[in-house]
Amino acid sequence: MTGPAVRGPRRGWWSWIPAGAVAAARETGFCGLMLAGLGLLLALLLPLLAAGLGIGLLLTSPGHENPAEAVTVRVAPFAVVAVSLLLIPTVLVAVRALAVLTRRLCGDWCQVRIADPYRPPPPDERLGFRGRLRWLLGDPAGRRDLLWFGVNACGGWVLAAAPIGLMIYGLLCVLGGNRGHPVVAPPPAFPGSEPAVLIALGVALIALSLWAAPRLLRGYGILARSMLGPTGRAELALRVAHLARTRADTLDTGAAEMRRIERDLHDGAQARLVAMGMTLDAADQLLDDNPQAARALLAEARESSAKALAELRDLVRGIHPPVLADRGLAEAVRALAMNLPVRVHVTSELTGRPPAPVESAAYFAVSELLANVSKHAHASQAWVDLRHQDGMLRIGVSDDGAGGADPARGSGLAGIERRLAAFDGVLALSSPPGGPTVVNVEIPCALSSPKTSSC
Amino acid sequence: MRVVIAEDLFLLRDGLTRLLQAHGLQVVAAVDDGPGLLAAVTEHQPDVAIVDVRLPPTFTDEGLKAALAARAQQPGLPVLVLSQYVEQLYARELLAGGTGGIGYLLKDRVLNGAQFTDAVRRVAGGGTAMDPEVIAQLLDRNSADGALATLSPREREVLGQMAEGRSNAAIAQRLVITERAVAKHTASIFLKLNLQPSDDDNRRVLAVLAYLGR
Repeated sequence: MTGPAVRGPRRGWWSWIPAGAVAAARETGFCGLMLAGLGLLLALLLPLLAAGLGIGLLLTSPGHENPAEAVTVRVAPFAVVAVSLLLIPTVLVAVRALAVLTRRLCGDWCQVRIADPYRPPPPDERLGFRGRLRWLLGDPAGRRDLLWFGVNACGGWVLAAAPIGLMIYGLLCVLGGNRGHPVVAPPPAFPGSEPAVLIALGVALIALSLWAAPRLLRGYGILARSMLGPTGRAELALRVAHLARTRADTLDTGAAEMRRIERDLHDGAQARLVAMGMTLDAADQLLDDNPQAARALLAEARESSAKALAELRDLVRGIHPPVLADRGLAEAVRALAMNLPVRVHVTSELTGRPPAPVESAAYFAVSELLANVSKHAHASQAWVDLRHQDGMLRIGVSDDGAGGADPARGSGLAGIERRLAAFDGVLALSSPPGGPTVVNVEIPCALSSPKTSSC
Repeated sequence: MRVVIAEDLFLLRDGLTRLLQAHGLQVVAAVDDGPGLLAAVTEHQPDVAIVDVRLPPTFTDEGLKAALAARAQQPGLPVLVLSQYVEQLYARELLAGGTGGIGYLLKDRVLNGAQFTDAVRRVAGGGTAMDPEVIAQLLDRNSADGALATLSPREREVLGQMAEGRSNAAIAQRLVITERAVAKHTASIFLKLNLQPSDDDNRRVLAVLAYLGR
């Protein structure tokens, strides 16, 4: 999702001026974040400071006439220590929130995407005070957040504050030039403080700040990424966690699927074949004595075999639709679309075929999405768009229905997401009330070269 | 009537041959792949070819391609395609030529020998034999269609039978009504669906299929 702050390119030679102003304003915003971070760091250091003060007071032990006052003075710093120690988890949560905000703004404002580096929270839902503290402190990414706020407060902010500082200095110069006497002192090496010279200096400084602002903004974003982004190690850890989760899901899904197939076969075709065998046997017994009854039994056996075939066909369709194997994704989706009451327009720019497991996952995703369209959307038309771009299989499914699809309700979408996650695929849903509903699916994969038809 | 069969499974090929012979049809060649079918069609000039959708070497839709190739090679050659499953997509490809002499049936239909040979004869005679499952899918898909919703249940039934490729006489026999009643129903159906009435059975079927497959 791109933030609303991202602007399209502006036209004209002057376009760098508003761009610079926007960048300078954003940098000012980052300075505000720096101050907030500094405040949080101080809050973390508060117990240390208060403890130091208390120990100092104890050691110096100034002579107080009033013993009660003396006790108060000596105890107060330790009370502060206790309270601020209790507040530490809250402060750490605030640090994390601020770091998350910084990451988002770096993406929206600096065009520097920073991935989330944190470890997932422990599976135990109700964390105790200590559990929470251990989670927040134990995460190296959390400690790096603190490091970032320290570095930022010590010097990083200069990068962000430079353009706005230059701009203000330039404005003051121009103002001074107008009034006839300088408001601020010009740089020492600067020749004279004539009004015209001051105004020229001011304009040049403002221009410089506007020119530099977007560049410094980006530089600031890159600096932030170096500390707020995941380290190589953290990235690997996140990847491992993701793979472990999706693998477990895949195994679960696979096992459930096998059980379903086994049950369907056992209750369906297998049972029918057994019955058929018995019927044929009975018909065999009756053949000589009562050909009429034997004929009826034979008809029954034929009926049974037809039903067994129909059940096997349905089962196969659910495992791997034959038309998918025969013709590939686009044609299989077309075939699917033909069986729906909603008019579905299928466009495909696929030039080859994705690997079979990806193709199958994509097919069932589209199948589920189109089933949702015909069941819930009250749509008259739907569109499916298949293409392969930037190493991704991209599938768009949209309809002209009532919208308001809620991914939290029902298990269909969650099931698709789980199935896609095994291939690092993602699903994005947009369904405002009143429609239209648009679902985008992306699965990273390569296409095999188009199959040459031999016949 | 002379028949060529293309089916890769020996048991089915053998079974089909015997079934057809038992019903008085002459099987002039039984082959097991696409090229074999083309050669047999050229050599024997059969009245109808019966082709399995899945043939070697890839076991996908080679039979369908072979059937279309055979029709291209010998225009008007009646072809009956058999499959373990039916797809409207394939039905549409078979019917794309807009002419008759096309059949598309589930392999299950072979179990009822009399009906199956009836379908073979119909296709050989330039008619159409669409599997009830294809027609059911087509009717389901179109059930939201305004015109189709105005049909009475009986007319829907007649429409389904007609779409499968049956003549008025066959429909009358199947639904146990008189041929006159069937004629009345079909006239009403054509009026409601706004189709050009036609006396020719086959052209009538194709018009209905074209309407449902829009």
